[in-house]
Amino acid sequence: MNDSVTISRRAFAGGLALLGLERAAARAQGFAGLGENAEGFAAVVPGKTFAFPADHGPHPQFRIEWWYVTANLKDSAGAAYGAQWTLFRQATRPGAQQQGWANPQIWMGHTAVTSADTHRYAEAFARGGVGQAGVDTKPFLAWIDSWEMRGLDPMREAMLAPLDLKASGADFSYALRLDADRPVVLQGDAGYSRKSERGQASYYYSQPYFKVTGRISLGDQPAEVTGLAWMDREWSSQPLAPDQTGWDWFSLHLNSGEKLMLYRLRQKDGRNDLFGNWITPDGRSVEIASADNSITSTVVTDVAGRKVPTGWRVLIPAHGLAIETTPLNAKSWMGTSFPYWEGPISFAGSHAGLGYLEMTGY
Amino acid sequence: MLSVRNLTKTYRSAGEQVAVLRGVNLDIAAGERVALSGESGSGKSTLLHLIAGLDAADGGEIRLAYLSVADLSDAGRAELRRERLGLVFQQFNLIPSLNVEDNLVFQSRIAGRHDAAWHAELVDRLGLGALLKRYPEQLSGGQQQRVAIGRALAVKPLLLLADEPTGNLDEATADDVLALTRDLVTRTGCGFLMVTHSTRLAATLDRQVHLHAGLIA
Amino acid sequence: MSRVFWILAVLLSHWRRHPMQLATLLIGLIAATALWSGVQALNAQARSSYDRAAATFGGARTAMLVGRDDANFPQVLFVELRRAGWPVSPVLEGRIQIGGRSFRLLGIEPVTLPAEVGNAPTIARSGLQSFVTPPGEMLVAREVLADLDLPEGATPTASGGTLLPPLRVQPDLAPGVLVVDIGVAQRLLDVPDQVSRLLIGKTKGPRAALETVAGDKLRLVEPDAQSDLERLTDSFHLNLTAFGLLSFVVGLFIVNSAIGLAFEQRRPMLRTLRACGVSARLLNTVLVIELVALALIAGVAGLVCGYAIAASLLPDVAASLRGLYGAQIPGQLTLRSEWWIAGLAISVLGALAAAAASLLKAARLPVLVAAQPQAWQQAQHRWLIVQSAVALAVFAAAGVLLWYGDSLLSGFAVLAALLLAAALVLPAILERVLSLGQRGARRPLAVWFWADSRQQLSGLSLALMALLLALAVNVGVGTMVESFSRTFVGWLDGRLAADVYVSARDDAQAMAIKAWLRGRPEVAAILPGGRADAQFRGAPIEILGLPDHATYSEHWPLLESTANAWIRLRPGDAALISEQLSRRLKLGVGDRITVPAPGGNWPLEIVGIYADYGNPKGQITVNYAALTRRFPAIPTTRFGLRVATPEIPALLSALREQFGLDDRSLADQATMKAESKRIFNRTFAVTAALNTFTLGVAGVALLTSLLTLSNSRLPQLAPLWAIGITRRRLAAIELVKTLSVALITALLALPLGLLVAWCLIAVVNVKAFGWRLPFHVFPLQLLELLGVAMAASLLAALLPVMKLARMQPASLIKIFADER
Repeated sequence: MNDSVTISRRAFAGGLALLGLERAAARAQGFAGLGENAEGFAAVVPGKTFAFPADHGPHPQFRIEWWYVTANLKDSAGAAYGAQWTLFRQATRPGAQQQGWANPQIWMGHTAVTSADTHRYAEAFARGGVGQAGVDTKPFLAWIDSWEMRGLDPMREAMLAPLDLKASGADFSYALRLDADRPVVLQGDAGYSRKSERGQASYYYSQPYFKVTGRISLGDQPAEVTGLAWMDREWSSQPLAPDQTGWDWFSLHLNSGEKLMLYRLRQKDGRNDLFGNWITPDGRSVEIASADNSITSTVVTDVAGRKVPTGWRVLIPAHGLAIETTPLNAKSWMGTSFPYWEGPISFAGSHAGLGYLEMTGY
Repeated sequence: MLSVRNLTKTYRSAGEQVAVLRGVNLDIAAGERVALSGESGSGKSTLLHLIAGLDAADGGEIRLAYLSVADLSDAGRAELRRERLGLVFQQFNLIPSLNVEDNLVFQSRIAGRHDAAWHAELVDRLGLGALLKRYPEQLSGGQQQRVAIGRALAVKPLLLLADEPTGNLDEATADDVLALTRDLVTRTGCGFLMVTHSTRLAATLDRQVHLHAGLIA
Repeated sequence: MSRVFWILAVLLSHWRRHPMQLATLLIGLIAATALWSGVQALNAQARSSYDRAAATFGGARTAMLVGRDDANFPQVLFVELRRAGWPVSPVLEGRIQIGGRSFRLLGIEPVTLPAEVGNAPTIARSGLQSFVTPPGEMLVAREVLADLDLPEGATPTASGGTLLPPLRVQPDLAPGVLVVDIGVAQRLLDVPDQVSRLLIGKTKGPRAALETVAGDKLRLVEPDAQSDLERLTDSFHLNLTAFGLLSFVVGLFIVNSAIGLAFEQRRPMLRTLRACGVSARLLNTVLVIELVALALIAGVAGLVCGYAIAASLLPDVAASLRGLYGAQIPGQLTLRSEWWIAGLAISVLGALAAAAASLLKAARLPVLVAAQPQAWQQAQHRWLIVQSAVALAVFAAAGVLLWYGDSLLSGFAVLAALLLAAALVLPAILERVLSLGQRGARRPLAVWFWADSRQQLSGLSLALMALLLALAVNVGVGTMVESFSRTFVGWLDGRLAADVYVSARDDAQAMAIKAWLRGRPEVAAILPGGRADAQFRGAPIEILGLPDHATYSEHWPLLESTANAWIRLRPGDAALISEQLSRRLKLGVGDRITVPAPGGNWPLEIVGIYADYGNPKGQITVNYAALTRRFPAIPTTRFGLRVATPEIPALLSALREQFGLDDRSLADQATMKAESKRIFNRTFAVTAALNTFTLGVAGVALLTSLLTLSNSRLPQLAPLWAIGITRRRLAAIELVKTLSVALITALLALPLGLLVAWCLIAVVNVKAFGWRLPFHVFPLQLLELLGVAMAASLLAALLPVMKLARMQPASLIKIFADER
C-alpha cells in the first residue's frame, strides 16, 4: 500500500515541513502539515477582495501557497504532450519575514513533461531570503533555480499574461509562451474555496484561458508545440481536515470553450466531498455543489508499486456532462520527495476535450 | 574365504626389475590358521601387504569374502582393513599417545563396530585388565603385542594377518602371545595368516605354506 | 561423523602427551593473529575516521567550486549559479574555540545539500525545521560531547562569549567538527553573506559555463577518490602494516616449526591409522579439521590479544597521526564484525600456510615405509641446497626491485625480499660455519660439539630464522629512528633559529608589540615571518617568507644551494624549496617554477633545497618582503626575536604582562624544541612498541623450538652420559651450543640490520615521506641489541637445559632400553 507521505501539489502545503518529519509520524498525522493547526498564521475567511498584481505575489503570512501551471500540447505531427510547472511556498513558522538565511520560507519546484510513452520530472528545493527562489510581482517573476515564469511586456495584470515559462531536468526541457485574452477566474465562492464541512478553506483563483506556443525537448528531440494551459493560484494556512487522506483533482478544457475544475477530497470514513466550478467561455464561474455529481474510477493502473485509478467516469447532471477520461500516459507518476500522479488526460462522452488530472494519497 | 590366484608383483630396484611374486595361489578357509614361511626377501611380507590392500598387485586376483581387493579404491581398501581385517606387525605399531584401553578400541570405534562385551572378553583373555590406563611406553614388548592383537581382533575381522608378530619377543613370551592368538582366532572363527621365520611356531598352526622364488611350494 | 570424531580424538591425543608442543603451536598462532589483527584494528580505526572526516559535508569526495585563492566569496555567486542550472550547495567553514579547544565549524545548507554528500538525509529528515530555525542546532559527534563534558542539548559558549546553538549528536560526524546551518555559521564567524565553497550535486541538467556566471572568481575542484588524509597517512599505515606482516610471518615460523615437529612425531601414528583402515583422504580431511579447529581457538585468543594491543597502542597512533598530519582519530577503539571474521580467517589461513608442507607430506605418506623419525633431517640437508638457491634468487629479485622499483610498495618489497633471502640462506651459512669449526676441532668432545650442533641445526633453523629477522628489523628500525632523531635534532637547531616566538592576536596587536619591542635594548632583532598557502601543480603548498637576516643565512641548513643563495632571495625572484617538493616534482637547483599568486603568476628560480622533516606539504621559502608584496593579505602576526639568552625570561614575562599573551602565542626556543621533539618521539612510539613485540615473538620461537628439541635429543646425549660426562657438564655444553648458534645468528643479523636500515632510509623514507636522511651507524645501540638477543637466547635455552641437568638417571638409562 501507500507507505509514503501523501503530499504534493496544491497542498505540498505542510509539504516541506515533511522534510523534517519521519514518514510514520507523517502518516499518523494524516496529511501532516496540512492537518496541523494554523496557529499564528493568517486565517482564510470568506469575502476577500482580490487585488492584482499584489495577489499574484506571495502571501507569507499564510502557511502554504502555490503557482501551478499545466499545459496540454500538441506538436506539428499531432502527437500530444503535457507539461507541468509548479512552485510551492511554505512557511516553517509564522512571524517576521527576515532577509537572508533566517527567512522562514522554504520553496519547492516540480516540473514534468509527459508524452504517450514517456514521463519525465524533476524537483528543486530552496530556502527563501537569499534569492534562490521566490515570486516578484512587478515585473512578474516566479522562480526557483533556473526554472522561471516571467511576465512579458506589455503585462496585463488582470490576465496574468503574457508569460514565458522555462524549466529543465536531466533529460528534458521546455520553453513555452503563455498568453490569455480573458481575466483570471475566481474559484469556489468568489475565490473562497471550501475544503471541508468544518471550515478548512483556501483562497483560489485560476487562469484557465492560456494559449501556448513553444518548444519541448525530451532527450535531444525538440518539438515545436501549441496548445492550452491552466494556472492555479492558491494559498491557505490549513486547507484540509485531519481526516482527509488525498484527492482527485481535474482541470478540464471542454471543446465547447467551457472549463471545469473539479476535485474530490477522500476521507477516512469513506465520505468523499466533491467540489468544483463550471466556467463559461465568457469567464463566469459557478460552484457545482450537488449530491447528483459523481466521479467513478474505471481503470486502475499499477504505477510505482501502487494501484492508481487512471480512468474515470465524471457525471455532472446539472450541466448535462457525462464523460469518461483517459490518461495520455497512465504512468505519469511524479516520483518526487512527495510522490503523486499528475498527467494530461483527454475525455469523450457528452463533451470532449483535454485536461489535467492530479491524484494524491494512493 | 580368502582366495589368491596367480598373484604377481615386481619391484623396480636400482634400475633392476625384481619379480617378488610370480603367480602365487593361496586359499584360506574360515577358521583356518596358516603359517607362511620363506627366506628373507622371498616376498612373504609383500604377499601379506597385498592381501591387506596396503600395496597394489601387478597381476592376479585376491578375493576376500567375494570382494576383489584389486578392484577397490583407496577408500574401499581402507574400509576393508577397517572392518574385515586385523593387522599385527612386528613393531607392534601402537599409538604412543593413547593408553592401552584407547589403543584397543580405536580401530573398532573408527569402524563403528565397537562391542562392549567382546571388548571386555578380549581384555580378560589378553590379561590386560590391570594395564588399561598405561601408555605403550610403560609396557613390555609382550604386553604391547597383546594390545596390538587385541586391537586387531576388536573388530571381529574375517581374517587376521600377522607379520612376524613375535619377531621382537623372547621365546617364552612369543609362545605365550601366539598361544593367546590361536585361542582368540578359534574363538572368533576368523582366518589367520601369520608370516614367521620360526618353524617351531609355524608348526603350532593348522597348515604351513612356504614361499620360494616367488611361488608357493 | 563418529568416525571423524574418533580419528580426531586419536590425533588430538598427541597434544595431550606433548602439551608444550601444543603450547608452541597455539602461541605462534596467537602471536601471529594478535599482532596482525592489532595493526589491522589500528588501521581500520584510522581509516574509518578519515572516511568520516572526508564524508563530512563535502570533503574531498565531492566535486566543488572554491574561490580562486581559496578564500571566502560572496554568497550571491551561489544564487547566480543555481539560477544558471548548477546544482550547488554552499558551505562556510571556519574555526571557533570552545573552552580553549579549537573546533572546525561547518555551516551547511541542508535544503540544497546534495543527497550523495554524506549525512545530508539524516539532517533533512530529523528536524530540518529546528536545524534551520534560529538559534538552530549544532550537530556534533558523540566524542565532542565528551570533549566538552556537556550533555546533548546544552548550549556551549564560544571563547568570544557568543552563545552557540544547542548540541545535537549525529553519529557519522568526524570528531572535532561542529555542523550548523549556514546562516548560523555566518553569524558565528561574523562573515555575513560569505561562503567558503560550493558543493556540486550529481543532478544533471543544462547549465551555463562556469566562467559566464562566475568569471574567474571560482574554480572547479574535481572529487578525489582518496581523501587528502588518506594520501598523507598512507605511508604511516603502510609502515604499521609492514610491521604487522613481519610479526605475522615470525609467528608463522613458530607455527611451522611446531607443526613440522608434530608431524614427524606423529608419522608412525598416521601410518598405524592408515593400516587400521583410515583412508588417505579421510585422514587428511581430519588433519585439516584438527588444524582449523586449533587455528580458530588460537584465532579467538589472538583477536582478544590483538584488541588489547591495538587499544594500548591507539593513543600513540592517534597522537602520531594528529601530530604529523592533523588527522583526528577517536581514542576509543570501535571494531566491526568484519574485523573479527578477518582475524579468524587470517589465523586459519596462516595455520594452513604454515602447515602446508606437513599436510602435503601427510597426504603423500606411504603406508609401508618403516617409521624413521630421523629421515626428515637428512632430507632437510638436501633441502638446504634448494633453500640457498631460492635465497640467491630472492636476493637477485631484491636487487632488481631496488634498481627498477619506484614506489613505496616496491621499497617494502625490497625489504621483504632481503629479509626473506637472508632467512633462507641462514641455515646454509650456519652449517658452513659449524662444519669449519668441526674441521678445526681436535679434541673428541669438541668434534662432537660441532657435529652435534650441525645435527641440531635443522630443528633449530626456523627459530633461528625468526631470531635473525626480528633482530635485523630491530637493528634496522633502531638505526633508522636514531638516524632520524639525530638529524631531526640538528635540523631543529637550525630551523628554530630565533630565541623567542610571538604570535599576536591580530595585525594591530602585532604592530603594537613590535613598536614596544623596538624600545627594548635586549632585543637584537625582530624577525617577521609569513606564510601563504597556494596551489602548485595540483597540490597544496606553503610559501614561507623569511626576512633577510644573518640568523637564517648562518643557521638555516641547506642540503644543496647555489653560491650566495640567501642573497639571491632578496630581489624576490628566487626561492628555496623543501626536499619533499624537490623529490615529488623532480625539481633541482637552477630550475624555474611559476607559483600562482593573487596578483598574477610569480616566476621564481630555485636557488637551494632544504630539509623540511615532518611536513606533509611541500614548501617554498622566499624573501619575506617579496612574500608580503605578492600575498598582501597574509597575516603579519607571527615573528621571531633574537634575544640574548639570559634576558629571555624577563622579556617573556614583560610581554605576557604588557600584552596579555598566553603560552600559545608566546614561546621561547627551548619550549618549541621540546614540543617538536615530543611530537617526534610519539611518531616512533608505535614503531618501537611493535619492534619489541617482534623480538619477544622471536624469543618465544627460540624457546619453543629448544623445548621441543630437548625431548628428542636425549638419544644423542645418553651415550655421552654413559661414557662418563656428568649431567651438569652435558647441560653446560648444551647451553654453550645454543648460545653459540644464537650468537652466530645475531652477528649475521647486525650487517643485515644495517642493510635494512639503509633500505629504510634510502628507499622507504624517501618514497614515503620525501626526505632522505644521512645514514649513521650507532655501535653502542648494536651492542645493546646483541646483548638483548643473547639474553633472550639464554632465557630460551635455560629451561630445557635445566631440565636436562636435573634429569633422573633412570630416564637416560631408558633411552638404551628403548633403543632398537
